[in-house]
Amino acid sequence: MIRAGIIGLGKMGLSHAAIVSPHPSVELVAVCDTSSLILDAFKKFSKVKVYSDYIKMIDSERLDFVVVATPTKFHYKMVRYALEKGIHTFCEKPFSLTTAEGENLVELANQKKLINQVGYHNHFIGTFRELKRLLKAGVIGDLVHFTGEAYGPVVTKEKGGTWRSDPGEGGGCLFDYASHVINLIQEIIGRPVKASGSQLKRIYSRDVEDAVYSILTLESGLSGILSVNWSDETYRKMATSLTILGKKGKIICDATEIKIFLKDGDAKENLPKGWTIKYITDFAIPVNFYLRGEEYSAQIDYFVDCILKNKPAEINSFKQALDTDKVIELLIADSKK
Amino acid sequence: MEMDKVIFGDNQFFAVNHLSDEKSRAQAIQFKDDSAIIRVLDQAREVGINTFMCTTHDRIASVCDYMRANPEKYRDFKIYPCMPYAHKYANAVTDLGIVGAIKQYVPGNFFSAITKGGAAFLTKDFIGLMELFIDAEMKMFKGIKIPVIFIQNVLVDMILGLKMYEVFKEYDSYIRKKYNSEPGYITMNMPALLDALNSVGIENPIICCSINKIGFRMSGGKEIYEKYLAEKAFRPIAMQVLAAGALRPKEAIEYLGNFPKIESVLFGASSKSHIQETKELIEHYL
Repeated sequence: MIRAGIIGLGKMGLSHAAIVSPHPSVELVAVCDTSSLILDAFKKFSKVKVYSDYIKMIDSERLDFVVVATPTKFHYKMVRYALEKGIHTFCEKPFSLTTAEGENLVELANQKKLINQVGYHNHFIGTFRELKRLLKAGVIGDLVHFTGEAYGPVVTKEKGGTWRSDPGEGGGCLFDYASHVINLIQEIIGRPVKASGSQLKRIYSRDVEDAVYSILTLESGLSGILSVNWSDETYRKMATSLTILGKKGKIICDATEIKIFLKDGDAKENLPKGWTIKYITDFAIPVNFYLRGEEYSAQIDYFVDCILKNKPAEINSFKQALDTDKVIELLIADSKK
Repeated sequence: MEMDKVIFGDNQFFAVNHLSDEKSRAQAIQFKDDSAIIRVLDQAREVGINTFMCTTHDRIASVCDYMRANPEKYRDFKIYPCMPYAHKYANAVTDLGIVGAIKQYVPGNFFSAITKGGAAFLTKDFIGLMELFIDAEMKMFKGIKIPVIFIQNVLVDMILGLKMYEVFKEYDSYIRKKYNSEPGYITMNMPALLDALNSVGIENPIICCSINKIGFRMSGGKEIYEKYLAEKAFRPIAMQVLAAGALRPKEAIEYLGNFPKIESVLFGASSKSHIQETKELIEHYL
């Protein structure tokens, strides 16, 4: 059994705790948060040890790994401390507030040969994996354009501030919602190297953007559109999608389905001419414990598996998350032009 | 208490479609008026379905108002509420944090409500807090028959994952005592949940879980589900029987016929012919 601790018990931290704890190879030993309300609930109902100081937890508990799920501004010091103590680290997204901090953590994790992963969970959704595979197989030919989108109902009224409403703390739609889409574009289509026409729009929030629009150019020269809005109440929950146009067809992919249009059929892939729709039921990754979506368990299963087998994480490494942070920086700089 | 064999669900009304985000948005448009929901409910009633299992969505409150205003028409009609409507809280937690979300949603303001009633907040009376939440969620059903009250899977599975099994026990006894109803549990992890409930002395619980031929959303795999359905004592309600539409109704429901323990099947549909067809299949095979 490997020993785990969770730092930060907000929505993601609680969800990670609930997924880590039933894992057959893991013992959830301790949790850490600053809210006495949350800690008292753990004291009363669970057998897990509670801490209000992550340093004390790491120093006292001989952990094999930690999950860091605190507000983004705390990631650097917490992840750094865990890595220095030789602990494998899973960090929530977005990774860091500045790329200098991110570089430092990537270097430290690699130097110490520790398993490192960031919670860009969309890569553990079967439809997005299938999209990546189909693009690699070249089914839609040379790419012409892409659109990456995410919409949802997080901030739908005029309001002031929580930690998420402070632009210096990574609290807006860019860090929270758009980072997922940028990361998907980066890992599935190609790494963005330029942002133009970027707009960070406030809709209801006082201090941070509620929508992000930009034209991204990739290493390959391909360009496409990023369109993200977390103040759109026509969506029941976050809906993320990629639409990719190629010379031989088009693919539209979200968490539930993948729609493929081909000008001519593809015999090798057994895809006919015209539309083919495939559903998540064909691609879902089987998990032993389900909470909110297979992807949340699948990413922890993968992380634990990398620790047990001592093989570096190829999906969602710190390095990949840092690349996404760099695109976020490009986008912010461009929006200020 | 006997449960009806056929239970009508509400996903189609609230843009929940596990197979297609696009279809779910189309449904949101189709059911934008409460009258459209009531019309479909009445069609279900006309073919003889008298149990409606629904989440504690704001719009169900309007459906309840209509039912109270037409007591004759809904005399035999029962609702199985499922709480909470999780996305409402999840979005609030993303936005406001956990304490902020509690402040926003517990009636009158949790903190003042609690301090008025004594020192509950200071002593971290979690059970008191849970009871306040339940009462707030159940308010809309006043005067309506609610023989079974469910906790939604996201909460059940969170408590299960955190191994806070005593919370189930408290929930169980509060639902029986305050509402004189049977507590029910929706889960994506049936075998683990049943073991957990048994471990705190909850026997033969009503559990609503995915049961389908292809093992979709049956965590741990189809084999252990089938073993529990054959060997363990619980009262299963099958949901996601069509595996979000991947299975044809006949083969899907025929599969359920292998498990005599299944007491009820939960399904949702938007057209009368579809409702009737599914109901007949359930009655034929179960």
